[in-house]
Amino acid sequence: MATKILDLPEEEYMLPGNRACAGCSLGIGLRHILKALGGNCIFAVPASCLTVLGGMYPTSSVRIPWMNVVFPSTGAAASGLAAGLKAIGREDITVVAMAGDGGTADIGIQALSGAAERNANFLYICYDNEAYMNTGTQRSGSTPIGARTTTTPAYGKRQHQKDVPKIMEAHGIPYIATACPSFPTDLYDKVKKAVGKQGTRYMHMCAPCPSGWQFPAKDTVEMGRMAVEVGAVILYEIEDGAFRLTSRSKKLAEQGGLKALRDYIAPQGRFKGMEEETIDHMQAWINRRWQQCIRRDAEGQA
Amino acid sequence: MPQADRQLMMGNTACMHGAIYAGVRFYAGYPITPSTEVAEGCARELPRIGGRFIQMEDEIASIGAVIGASVAGLKAMTATSGPGYSLMIENIGYAYMIEAPCVIVNVQRGGPSTGLPTKVSQADTMQARWGPHGDYTAIAVAPSSVAEAFTETVRAVNLSERFRTPVTILLDEVIGHMQEMVSLPEAGEYPVVDRAKPTCDPADYAPYGPTENCVNPMPAYGEGYRWYATGLTHDPRGFPTERPDEIVATLERLRHKIEDHRPEIDKVRADRMEDAEIALVSYGSVSRTALQAMMLARGAGLRVGCVQLQTVWPFPLEPLRTLLQNTRKVIVAELNMGQIVEQVERIVPDGGRVHSLLRYDGELITPHQLIDKINEVST
Repeated sequence: MATKILDLPEEEYMLPGNRACAGCSLGIGLRHILKALGGNCIFAVPASCLTVLGGMYPTSSVRIPWMNVVFPSTGAAASGLAAGLKAIGREDITVVAMAGDGGTADIGIQALSGAAERNANFLYICYDNEAYMNTGTQRSGSTPIGARTTTTPAYGKRQHQKDVPKIMEAHGIPYIATACPSFPTDLYDKVKKAVGKQGTRYMHMCAPCPSGWQFPAKDTVEMGRMAVEVGAVILYEIEDGAFRLTSRSKKLAEQGGLKALRDYIAPQGRFKGMEEETIDHMQAWINRRWQQCIRRDAEGQA
Repeated sequence: MPQADRQLMMGNTACMHGAIYAGVRFYAGYPITPSTEVAEGCARELPRIGGRFIQMEDEIASIGAVIGASVAGLKAMTATSGPGYSLMIENIGYAYMIEAPCVIVNVQRGGPSTGLPTKVSQADTMQARWGPHGDYTAIAVAPSSVAEAFTETVRAVNLSERFRTPVTILLDEVIGHMQEMVSLPEAGEYPVVDRAKPTCDPADYAPYGPTENCVNPMPAYGEGYRWYATGLTHDPRGFPTERPDEIVATLERLRHKIEDHRPEIDKVRADRMEDAEIALVSYGSVSRTALQAMMLARGAGLRVGCVQLQTVWPFPLEPLRTLLQNTRKVIVAELNMGQIVEQVERIVPDGGRVHSLLRYDGELITPHQLIDKINEVST
């Protein structure tokens, strides 16, 4: 049964205020992730916006043990934490590795893949703001086609983003899910479910970024909703191999489809001047993925 | 230079322009503070002039692609900061071994580890000399102004091509991020060196043969010369060897190609050293402080001079020995816990003459700290 917003726990594991930019979706996401974890967890965090959000003494924003690790080693550090906790008999503590899209899709993928192949016992959450935002918006493996960054200045990026959940699925791990902070109860339920499982669990959370995507800070939640409405982000989970659409994506599949991509692209400065041909490419890429997801969802129910 | 040609420019941007001036047409890199502007500049400029920019998935990949592009025949560069430089180390050692010319810019920040991403440091000085494992002789240069970020980058590219070796540019956060008025030179104002290419019959070509000056001509792959490149210790043809005589010949050639050409590589700048009783030895951003302190001290009647190491590695032994021979006291100032001061102590026989002023709190040494030190050692 899906949790309702009024049933979320009152307890807060983030302190009021943090060092993230105005309108950052990461704080909303982390707040609900921590509510689901219930405090009994250790975080491993590489270089990223999240390490900035964690704060500097005496203004730290988190109330949990937090190990900032070097950029390429999130999956490896979490492997060690999990093995160490097992050795001292504290398997009740959930190890959470949380990294950005660059730290996951690019520099961190070797350590993550190695850990997943060993089925190391931790929950890995990639928060995907679709570029290196902490260093001022450089393209990453997860930047969508057409998006301008400081290292794709002329035409925007020319390649589609890497589908990391699909890569993780190829590892045969017990739980994979996508999420978006604009749908907090869906995010909460997925973390809850992941905590109840053993082995490597992977979550991919869309993280709209006002400064990098160039939209007004007040529109963060709306931008996350739009990402799901147009299918740029699809909410699903894969539990022991069984695929299932969830939350708003499930409803969209039942009620007749996605909104036009242009509604999502238009308000974002990063897509300004995007060529028609590129928009068509992106729309085709989204349609293809959406049809795959609908098919897999139907197969799962059959 | 007419005023119209002058422009306000950041050190990292000047470094990027210097690389392009020297013929760099390939850049592969990964974002890291405080070096990212070099990459961003290359992303803008290189495609316009037929060059290539690739943002890689990490620093191991960045230097790997740079070495690949170098072997394919392009002048290639990457830029990073401490954590990224650490990741590049294995590949830099590989570039020493296969003798692939390339340039690595390290815009230094505080360390170890993540350290101080936005604060200045010179604590990677020894890493630029001894980063990779094994024996080799490293070249590193250290600009101390935005203009030098340009000219020293040109020189670094030239040295890498001339000696078929990686060259490290030790920028620091202050020089990388500061803005100064500069006039970029016209083409032809500064010499640009290209690697020597083989002209012999391809059947006679030995990529690592004994040559008179120890530097072998280097073909690009595809130009008709067979070249087997390996990080294993190799014989003159490039194939792996375990023969002691060949091992020694290869390692000694790597050393001699640099050591035997020190006059081409050594570069120091001396200010008011003719009559100096106290010498301030520094490099990078600290050399700016030293000049100011020297002027203040001269104003107070103290005979102070400055020596700036523009080449840091190989350590410019002879020029420095000559400059320091008549000084009464030497003060080495650097932003670390004492790395170059030990090199200076090696060449100044009376150890008591050498003093150091070290700072490693993320801030720049101030002129008044140096004045205090000058007063302390001159009494």
